[in-house]
Amino acid sequence: MATVKYDNATRLYPGNDKPSVDALDIDIADGEFLVLVGPSGCGKSTSLRMLAGLEEVNGGRILIDDKDVTDLSPKDRDVAMVFQNYALYPHMSVADNMGFALKIAGIDKGEIRRRVEEAAKILDLEPYLERKPKALSGGQRQRVAMGRAIVREPKVFLMDEPLSNLDAKLRVQTRTQIASLQRRLGITTVYVTHDQVEAMTMGDRVAVLKDGILQQCDSPRRMYDHPNNVFVAGFIGSPAMNLFEVPVAEGGVKFGNGVHPVDRSVLGSTGNRITLGVRPEDLEVSGEDGLPINIDVVEELGADAYVYGSVAGTDPGDRPIIARVDGRRPPMKGDVIHVKPKADHVHLFDVETGLRLGD
Amino acid sequence: MALNITANRADSTLLDLPWHEPLEEWDPALLAALPRGISRHVVRFVEVSGRVIAVKEIRGDIARREYDMLRQLRRLEMPCVKAYGVIDGRTTPDGRELDACLLTRHLQFSLPYRALFSQRLRPGTADKLLDALAVLLVRLHLAGFWWGDVSLSNALFRRDADAFSAYLVDAETGQLLPALSDGQREHDLDIARVNIAGELMDLEAGGVLEEGADPILISRRMVARYEQLWGELTEVERFETGDKWRVDERIRRLNQIGFDVDELAISTDLDGTTIQIQPKVVDAGHHSRRLMRLTGLDVEENQARRLLNDLDAYQAAVGRQNDSDEMVAHDWMREVYEPIAANIPRDLARKLEPAQVFHEVLEHRWYLSERHDMDVTTQWAFADYLAEVLPAKPDEQSVVGVDTVEMPVIALFDD
Repeated sequence: MATVKYDNATRLYPGNDKPSVDALDIDIADGEFLVLVGPSGCGKSTSLRMLAGLEEVNGGRILIDDKDVTDLSPKDRDVAMVFQNYALYPHMSVADNMGFALKIAGIDKGEIRRRVEEAAKILDLEPYLERKPKALSGGQRQRVAMGRAIVREPKVFLMDEPLSNLDAKLRVQTRTQIASLQRRLGITTVYVTHDQVEAMTMGDRVAVLKDGILQQCDSPRRMYDHPNNVFVAGFIGSPAMNLFEVPVAEGGVKFGNGVHPVDRSVLGSTGNRITLGVRPEDLEVSGEDGLPINIDVVEELGADAYVYGSVAGTDPGDRPIIARVDGRRPPMKGDVIHVKPKADHVHLFDVETGLRLGD
Repeated sequence: MALNITANRADSTLLDLPWHEPLEEWDPALLAALPRGISRHVVRFVEVSGRVIAVKEIRGDIARREYDMLRQLRRLEMPCVKAYGVIDGRTTPDGRELDACLLTRHLQFSLPYRALFSQRLRPGTADKLLDALAVLLVRLHLAGFWWGDVSLSNALFRRDADAFSAYLVDAETGQLLPALSDGQREHDLDIARVNIAGELMDLEAGGVLEEGADPILISRRMVARYEQLWGELTEVERFETGDKWRVDERIRRLNQIGFDVDELAISTDLDGTTIQIQPKVVDAGHHSRRLMRLTGLDVEENQARRLLNDLDAYQAAVGRQNDSDEMVAHDWMREVYEPIAANIPRDLARKLEPAQVFHEVLEHRWYLSERHDMDVTTQWAFADYLAEVLPAKPDEQSVVGVDTVEMPVIALFDD
């Protein structure tokens, strides 16, 4: 049970002029599941390793339970990196497989037994404690491996892309298991992934990093509904949010053949162009006043369909425009449809700074 | 998708293997050995044009990453298995996609630790294996490799005179960094200590660990051995200006433990009363490089040390201290080494490498001399060794076995 605090924590690699992690500030609550997410090179693994004591901290501090651990060695921090490739030993019982690391740490037999039994209870392994791993199913072996981490009773679990070796189906199953196990144990957990879907489905809160800088740290819901900047807007959500750079017009911004109304105070706080973001499900098929889209691909999903296209009469950019439409009557490839954002469902960003405008 | 083969020495017989079948279902007749143990990935050994190849079924991007990593490590002259290729784009006849396969060459005359323990062992073998692993880990760390999964089962061991040398087999979890932080080294050591103790406890539970050997103590000794070696190779040493001999002494000490010093930083303090030195670039293989230069023989470090000692003894015995080392080495090869190495009967050649046989013959000569209380010739010792010792040894040229008994979070939650 512990809180974790990144206090202006900075990691600058020798020879680099830009920090890999730049003044990171996050407060993680006791028992919270926090996910660090971002594209490769964003500093998420480095941040986790700074907490683990595997990476030097060049500026700021790291606190666990309000205690400054910045200069402590990994083993004095009471954190556990979990789900490395745990070995299962065929000649040892399940109980010994779970508890042997405690024996190495010099913990007495009675205490080891207590912790192993407790973990076995959580993992539904009680009846198998005296068996050999060979007698277990794949899923049970899996849980023995998890048990080995649990019996250590660390203050914080750290996980660095633990699912990256799995195929898509297993990844989905396993992430559900990990998330529910973490909730049952209530142990503060910091989890690193590059996969925003994984982040959004597992975390109590998600911290998005880019170029070593924290972009936003919020609940998945808040992150989705209220991205603080253009990067988060484009990174979170699948399919991705559509982003248009549009000119300011009287009472709003020009969108296709019409004007999307925008509050005057917002328009007054920025230049004569605005980045308008709208999620695929927040675009609706409209009359001629919307934005004409040439449809390139139709992805039918049953109840819904996603259409991918480009603005009619323009060069298709790198990123297609995506809209969710009624799955029973989807348009065809090659059609032109008009779309416009639903009222109150747009996100506006300053073209220069990328920061969110208005609420 | 079409089958895609990347191999550094492509061999058309690779195409004859049933890549459209899951590795687990391959016909045992194709395999060089039967699989054993609980393994993290499916691994099989097959023969391709007379060479044993290990095939590991694993996701394509991971296979390619490990392939590249093993090749990078080889380029850095790290002791590790040779990556042979990646087979990707595998599908079953009914169109189901299969994972890729990473192919590595089997390291001849190498032994998995379990195979070593299943033989009748001399006391102290566990310690010797751990010594070898410590040396391997130090070398990898000096090269900036953060292993992430240090264990006996992720290494292979080759006999090296009266010791062993260790090779890295599994680079799946590893990363190459410009340099490792102390925390990262400590992390690897921590994992090593737990994995090794676990592996030895398992041997103990299986009844093959020597009586009285304590897994926890042995694993701790490995860490201590690592720390000692790391210190010797990297520590700053300070002394008075008058003690300049200590520079040579440090280099001699490093040579003795098998390292060459390619770069040594030497600095003095402001008033010039003390000097400090620190090795900056060290290279393992001091003896094996020297032997290679003199004889062209490519052998392990301790074997090289042994052979060089015999070469020195030969030079003294024939009174040729004033001749060039190269000339003497040439004659020693012709008169001493080759008569043994080239005369191991074909049916015994799969037991040990020639350099190891040579080492054992020298040991045997010493033992015979003791027993008969007289100097025994190498020829006699060789003949006796061939008759009495070598035939009883197991074939070690191609010992393979799937000995990793690892289980990460990858199995199905099927119950």
